Amino acid sequence: MGSPMKIRASVKDGVTEIKVLMGHEMETGQRKDANGAVIPAWFINEVTAKLDGKTVMQAQWGPSISKNPYLAFKVKGGKAGDKVSVTWVDNKGDTRTDEAAAT
Amino acid sequence: MDRASVGIMAFLMVSATAVTVAYAQKDAAQDSIEAYREALQDGNPAELYEASGEDLWKTPAGPKAASLERCDLGLGPGVVKGAYAQLPRHFADTDRVQDLESRLLTCMQTLQGKDPKPYIEASFTAPPKEEMNALAAYISGQSKDAPIAVTLAHPKEQAMYDLGKRMFNYQGGPYDFACATCHGQEGTRIRLQDLPYIPSAKGAAAGWSSWPAYRVSAGQMWSMQWRLNDCFRQQRFPEPVYTSDATIALSMYMAATANGATMKTPGIKR
Repeated sequence: MGSPMKIRASVKDGVTEIKVLMGHEMETGQRKDANGAVIPAWFINEVTAKLDGKTVMQAQWGPSISKNPYLAFKVKGGKAGDKVSVTWVDNKGDTRTDEAAAT
Repeated sequence: MDRASVGIMAFLMVSATAVTVAYAQKDAAQDSIEAYREALQDGNPAELYEASGEDLWKTPAGPKAASLERCDLGLGPGVVKGAYAQLPRHFADTDRVQDLESRLLTCMQTLQGKDPKPYIEASFTAPPKEEMNALAAYISGQSKDAPIAVTLAHPKEQAMYDLGKRMFNYQGGPYDFACATCHGQEGTRIRLQDLPYIPSAKGAAAGWSSWPAYRVSAGQMWSMQWRLNDCFRQQRFPEPVYTSDATIALSMYMAATANGATMKTPGIKR
């Protein structure tokens, strides 16, 4: 149960633009702490977005995605009031889903 | 004109043209940087800190198990909207000029019964001080689009401003730096970072309206106290005490000079 995402979705000319800000450390596993010990990898590796109950986007992420990732993408179709749902899963098995209504 | 002079003239004219072209290209580069910064505004991770800051404001904590919702930031107990744009200011109950973070420490003490010492002594990335970054993001965000409006009506406010102005120009430390060394002239830059001319209204506004900010390269939410602390570090000055009068004086100088400009907090930085 990670930190809440901020989701914004707006429909314009038959295209829904979805913007998601996720709060996540996204540790690459390459960094070392002050004592020289490797800071373990901890990053989102799967993202799924649904519009009105249908999966519209799936992504496989790796350590190169930055901390607190911001994801923006456009989907054909959708109308105001449709439910946008975004889910992420990280390499430790933690998951988070947040929803918003398209405007 | 003899051949040598013509040659020299030609050389100078070509150089002048080359310089003009280079300068124009720099403006084009500036435009791209500006466009990039505009694009960054959307999805500012500072919003995540605004949310956790709001949680900290509303969640009961400390020995008195109270929230900060009765904290007076200058506009009355619990009024957060617009308060940051009017800080620093003099507070009658402490008879001190206080900035946001020193006022938060006051409220944590009086309302929650917390000891301010761990907050003052911890590093900015460690608990409990890291809470201040989130609180600063939340409270400054509630002043977004508000006009900066600090007054110098109270003699202590005027005194803080005067002290801040003197400090701004005071050279010291192993490099004989002052704030003015970097921020005391127009049109300068460190690497790709433009340096606002702080003694001007526009320059002070560029700084004061855009911090607290999320620093993308570090993945950190920086409060204004953190930003000032780092300025001291960059000048190789001794570290200022968190929320000391020295930091409040500089804040007062910048805020008053920026009066009238629009708050754009929380900002986003490289």
